Amino acid sequence: MHPAFSVIFLTTLIGAGQGLFMALVTGQVYSLANLLAPQDSQSFYAMGALITATLLAGGLVAAVFHLGKPSYFITRAWRGMSQWRTSWLSRELIALPMFMLLVLAYAAVHYLGWTQIWFTIKGQIPVDASLVIGMLGVLMSVILFVSTAMIYASLKFLQEWHTALTVANFFLFGLASGFMLAAAFSAWMGIELVSFFGGWAVVFTVLAAITRAFSMLRNARIKHKSTLASALGIRHTKITQRSMGFMGGSFNTREFFHGQGPVVLAMARWFFVLNVFVFPVILLAASNLLESASLPVLAFVVQYLGLLAERWYFFAEARHPQNLYYQTVG
Amino acid sequence: MSQLALVIDLNVCVGCHACVTSCKEWNTSGWAGSLADQHPYDADPTGTFFNRVQSFEVGQYPNTETVHFPKSCLHCEEPPCVPVCPTGASYKRPDNGVVLVDYDKCIGCKYCSWACPYGVRELDEMQKVMKKCTLCIDRITDETLPEAERKPACVLACPTSARLYGDVHDPDSEASEAIRERGGYQLMPEWGTKPANHYLPRRKTRMQIFDDELERVDNPLKKEAPLPAAKGETLDDVAY
Repeated sequence: MHPAFSVIFLTTLIGAGQGLFMALVTGQVYSLANLLAPQDSQSFYAMGALITATLLAGGLVAAVFHLGKPSYFITRAWRGMSQWRTSWLSRELIALPMFMLLVLAYAAVHYLGWTQIWFTIKGQIPVDASLVIGMLGVLMSVILFVSTAMIYASLKFLQEWHTALTVANFFLFGLASGFMLAAAFSAWMGIELVSFFGGWAVVFTVLAAITRAFSMLRNARIKHKSTLASALGIRHTKITQRSMGFMGGSFNTREFFHGQGPVVLAMARWFFVLNVFVFPVILLAASNLLESASLPVLAFVVQYLGLLAERWYFFAEARHPQNLYYQTVG
Repeated sequence: MSQLALVIDLNVCVGCHACVTSCKEWNTSGWAGSLADQHPYDADPTGTFFNRVQSFEVGQYPNTETVHFPKSCLHCEEPPCVPVCPTGASYKRPDNGVVLVDYDKCIGCKYCSWACPYGVRELDEMQKVMKKCTLCIDRITDETLPEAERKPACVLACPTSARLYGDVHDPDSEASEAIRERGGYQLMPEWGTKPANHYLPRRKTRMQIFDDELERVDNPLKKEAPLPAAKGETLDDVAY
């Protein structure tokens, strides 16, 4: 497939945003259980939620450029919420704004200090508006992760994508980059949660490395169901295209191939393997030793750049069966 | 419920592209128009087409065969492009089974083109909406036209009648009969899309000739040859 930068930025930005929000709520829940020190509502939770909202808004801007015309965002995109019964893309278009609203509500509740305790569960767990909104946000974030990934995983003839590993990868990459960002944010703000978020970021990065390794292994040895024989219905082992019917290129020759040689593909693969899985972990380990405030930030930036390459590679490695019909100009 | 479709006879198609040009001509000026081209007279011309004719070589020289393969939307009975559309712009007409796009609802996200294994949907670069073969919906449903002209432009243009058109749910239609009696098949059946369009295979015309049909037993030329001379006693000597 042709990797569209709008979708690469959309999926990586909202992935990091969802992960960051889950990290914030995780921190809040841990502090309720007295496992972590409670943090300041305004400077930590509200600020963190605002960073999440900024990432989501960035993703939304990127998504606007994926539409045929950006003006369709105003005139037509609302229709995209209508087909949620059948379309994962429609479900994503509902989940994303709902998640954004919950994140903004979470930020507002923390910023305005509306954290009066509503009730306590079993006399131990105090429940306030921020916890309820936070939990709803986490739920919506999971729905959004699944919807985003299922857009790709539900296309059964794109066999490279049609696997549960796609959903696992999107989920774990989002969590890894989000917790990495939470660690970077904590380090920058001088909060004692760097090793907590950093530790989870490393765990999610390692899990993502495992699931991505499985999906790459799977894709390297994938056996495509469609062949030129089934595409034409001619039972012969040797069929060669002599003409695709035109010489000047078309939507079919532009949209379904990445247009790069094997060298670029291999470079992208090595770039993302090193930058997503290896360097951030080394940088976090170094920052743990040096107690640096900037190394976790660098770790997040490096991992995010790696994730851009990973998403590019994700699109490039999927081979669409329609390409069987477009092999020879003549 | 009817399902309108094309049946394309690969045994007859000569690859003349008349269906391609007549399709473009009709649809650029009709309901689905315009199908604008980008720099049509430049080095890198491109544009939206609903129908293409491709050519394939089957086999290894010298045992090869050229197959011309017209390719357009197959109007699947289980169209994978329709349920994925987030806006409902992509739909299958309930009355005649034609798969269409509502250009006023389409946001140009291209997801439906990813969801089509056949690659028959194209984003119009001028209107920025998804377009595809409409089976000339503005023509086949136009009751002001005489009955014989209520057919897709490609079908009317084909000089060898390689394209049959009809209701494949009606067992007595010309299309159904051709599929049934001449080995009609569907493309990429492995994905369960149930394409309504069918293709008729290439058929070899072979005469079966036996030696005695080439050489008559009572060939008069043979009578001209001298008879072998009798050696010794023959049947004639015994009889008389």
